[in-house]
Amino acid sequence: MTIFLTITAIVLIFLVIFQISKANEYISIIKGEEKARKQGNRINAYLMLGFMIVGLVGVWYCNKLLYKKTLLGFPAASDHGEKVDQMLWVTLWITGIVFIITQILLFWFSFKYREQEGKKVFYFPHSNKLEIIWTSVPAIVLAILIIIGLKNWYIITGDAPKNALEVEVTGKQFNWIFRYKGKDDVFGKKYFKVIDEASNPLGLVWKDNETYGLKDDEKAHDDIVVQQTMYVVKGQPVKMIIGSRDVIHDVGLPHFRLKMDAVPGIPTTMWFTPKYTTKEMKEITKNPDFVYEISCDQMCGNGHYSMKGIIEVVTQQEFDAWMAEKSPAYLAAFPEKKNDSQTTASDPASISQDKPIAQKQ
Amino acid sequence: MSNEAILHANIGATLDVHGEHQEHHHETFITKYIFSQDHKTISKQFLITGMVWAVIGGLMSVLFRLQLGFPDESFPWLEDLLGKWWAAGGHITAQGYYALVTIHGTVLIFFVLTAGLSGTFANLLIPLQIGARDMASPLLNMLSYWFFFIAGIIMLSSIFVETGPFSGGWTAYPPLSALGDASPGSKSGMDLWIISMALFVVSSLLSGLNYIATVLNLRTKGMSMTRLPLTVWSLFFTAIVGVLSFPVLLSGFILLIFDRNFGTSFYLSDIFLSATGAALPNEGGSAILFQHLFWFLGHPEVYIIVLPAMGIVSEILSINSRKPIFGYIAMVGSMFAITTLTFLVWAHHMFVTGLNPFLGSLFTLFTLLIALPSAIKVFNWLTTIWRGSIRFTPSMLFAIGFVSVFISGGLTGLWLGNSALDIHLHDTYFNIAHFHLVMGVASIFAMFAGVYHWFPKMYGRRMNNTLGYIHFWISIIGAYLIFWPMHYEGLAGMPRRYYDYSIWESFKQFSELNKFISIVVFITFSTQILFIINFFYSIWYGRKETSLNPHGATTLEWTTPIKPGHGNYRKYLNTSLGL
Repeated sequence: MTIFLTITAIVLIFLVIFQISKANEYISIIKGEEKARKQGNRINAYLMLGFMIVGLVGVWYCNKLLYKKTLLGFPAASDHGEKVDQMLWVTLWITGIVFIITQILLFWFSFKYREQEGKKVFYFPHSNKLEIIWTSVPAIVLAILIIIGLKNWYIITGDAPKNALEVEVTGKQFNWIFRYKGKDDVFGKKYFKVIDEASNPLGLVWKDNETYGLKDDEKAHDDIVVQQTMYVVKGQPVKMIIGSRDVIHDVGLPHFRLKMDAVPGIPTTMWFTPKYTTKEMKEITKNPDFVYEISCDQMCGNGHYSMKGIIEVVTQQEFDAWMAEKSPAYLAAFPEKKNDSQTTASDPASISQDKPIAQKQ
Repeated sequence: MSNEAILHANIGATLDVHGEHQEHHHETFITKYIFSQDHKTISKQFLITGMVWAVIGGLMSVLFRLQLGFPDESFPWLEDLLGKWWAAGGHITAQGYYALVTIHGTVLIFFVLTAGLSGTFANLLIPLQIGARDMASPLLNMLSYWFFFIAGIIMLSSIFVETGPFSGGWTAYPPLSALGDASPGSKSGMDLWIISMALFVVSSLLSGLNYIATVLNLRTKGMSMTRLPLTVWSLFFTAIVGVLSFPVLLSGFILLIFDRNFGTSFYLSDIFLSATGAALPNEGGSAILFQHLFWFLGHPEVYIIVLPAMGIVSEILSINSRKPIFGYIAMVGSMFAITTLTFLVWAHHMFVTGLNPFLGSLFTLFTLLIALPSAIKVFNWLTTIWRGSIRFTPSMLFAIGFVSVFISGGLTGLWLGNSALDIHLHDTYFNIAHFHLVMGVASIFAMFAGVYHWFPKMYGRRMNNTLGYIHFWISIIGAYLIFWPMHYEGLAGMPRRYYDYSIWESFKQFSELNKFISIVVFITFSTQILFIINFFYSIWYGRKETSLNPHGATTLEWTTPIKPGHGNYRKYLNTSLGL
């Protein structure tokens, strides 16, 4: 019912506006068109001035209301993020100044040079001097932005430090899977055709497969696979090796000011050094519920909006404790290996002997 | 005295300036209004079709804003209206939401701001302003409209297929767009989407070639290239950009069709779908290849949209300031620079795809470089109105509005074009705010300006000014209220294309703001109805135009009869100096 009332009200409002506007047209003809036109001109000129003033106040007010909701109110959570923030401020100042000057000029000119009796137009078709000024000044400013930007770009996209903790991040519809190297400090091989949703979501090659010509890769036996939440260490660089299992996703880390696509078949990388633990960030932001969220930033299907991951930044001790609890994905897939691996993990021959059993599964 | 009599008191004296009967060839209703080869009729066809699509696309945005602003409320009438697929239980569904976003983008970018804008004004203005009797090939011109029309019909029908229309975003990135099992929208909805887009490319190419040929060959005597109005220059450059970039998009689509239907692996590799629990056989393809092909059109497309807007605005600002445009040569030069540079910036949409950092740095360089010609244009517009004598017609208001939103949206381009900063802001609401202001709102404003300005030439009548004023002021205030706060959401990293933000600790704080934006969207959208009423009412009942040159313009279209017939000019024009 309310919907019909609303629609009726809207239609009525339109009718009124329309009738008033039509009446205006008749009035202007009776009153004398030139006079009516000049009146309209004056009104619009003052509206231009009013819009400028209200607009600038509005920009200030909007900033006052919303600034604290952005990420700029507290420090970026990574060293790269600090550089991005720095750059953001330089760009904000430059574009902000240009914005205010040009908008004021535009609306001020519109108001000031409205049609007025006895005012003559200034014939001014071109001026090479002016063109040169407003080509070269922006060029210099742009050069500054480009230099700052590229300097940071090469740092951010540059090689990760040697001591970086490497984590493999894999997107799938609609979740994140993380893989740590495990004891041997090497990622084992994986192949997408041996993926099994329940037992082997990444397709780690841990048994022979003749169809695909795969050989059991022992390095995959100790890889640790976790879903949704990944742990990293404060102050230690993290290198993410990013991939996707199905469509393109994107690892979006707003607090670290970073983002990288997850493309099926083409691994990408991204590295950064977290500066604050999750706990510290809760205090900084004064938000007890704060978490570092991984948002998927590339349209990936109807569940795109729910594809959430979490990064827990912890101290080295907490990280070690967490890692110690984790057992390799291999053991979860082959529970009967648990005892074997405890007794004979150091003996590679015994693992290869187990292979026929593994294949039968 | 009746209203009509007030409006048209002295019309009798001026009837002779109507030239409708100058060409005495017989035309039936069908040849005159449907399969017309007259560029003016084709232009009206493009305009009205564009407006229909603008309403459809706009309504879609109203619907998805309803979801974004009021995610917890239920609107039972929505289910009655749209059905279960779109709005089960009175909530827009996730699949419905993504379908709406995708079709909204596709329709507004291609059907409204490409075909609607270029199609309308290139067809109307190129022959009239260069003193030609029609396009170089009226037949191709007609075909171009009908290809566009069929593309539209197919797009429209895709909305009604059982699995829904395509819903993977207007950029249609594979593998999502290639695999029906990855998203229901990528089933038959995507087939129709891609066919529609292919036909649309054909339409664009036909008209583009026609525009180029017309501008180069059919200029009347004395109309040298350096005397062309800036509208014609801008439409000419637009056509060149379109002809060079649309075929690349088509090739990208054809490869996509192969991947979808014939088992090739151009874009597919290493895929395991959870929905089917099976790995696909494809190996060795590159999903990024499509993005290169797509953005090779996709970025120039931005300029295909904004160049005609710039031309229209240049013309209207100069006429209504009663001054020649400042720096004509610089204006043409900057458009040429944009036309060239636009082919060298496409990968700035791909900074976070794992692009080679060196390539990324080149694209940053060119992207920021392209800001230079845009800046020159803005300064020239400002100087054009400086010390003028401004008449605030509705078209002038929209032209000033264009410059304002173009500045606002253009400046944030310097943030997004700088690769290191883009890493943070890419695909957030900051991006939405940027491109909606600089390309969406700006070009729509220029389109309004053009319609208000050339309406007397199209229909021999005038639109109501008061309605135009109301339309402008609500639109510009609405546009800023909608898109300005989105910059702040983007600075908080809020990703675009999210159906619901309530599970996100970082983004749920914006729910109040989203509600506010949605309400402004509803008001601003309904204001556009004023324009539509004004437009259609004025076609039949508007004030008759009595002056040959109502705006005091200097271009040739105002030398024709008030309502020019097929063939435009009564005699061969000579615009040489010294006549």
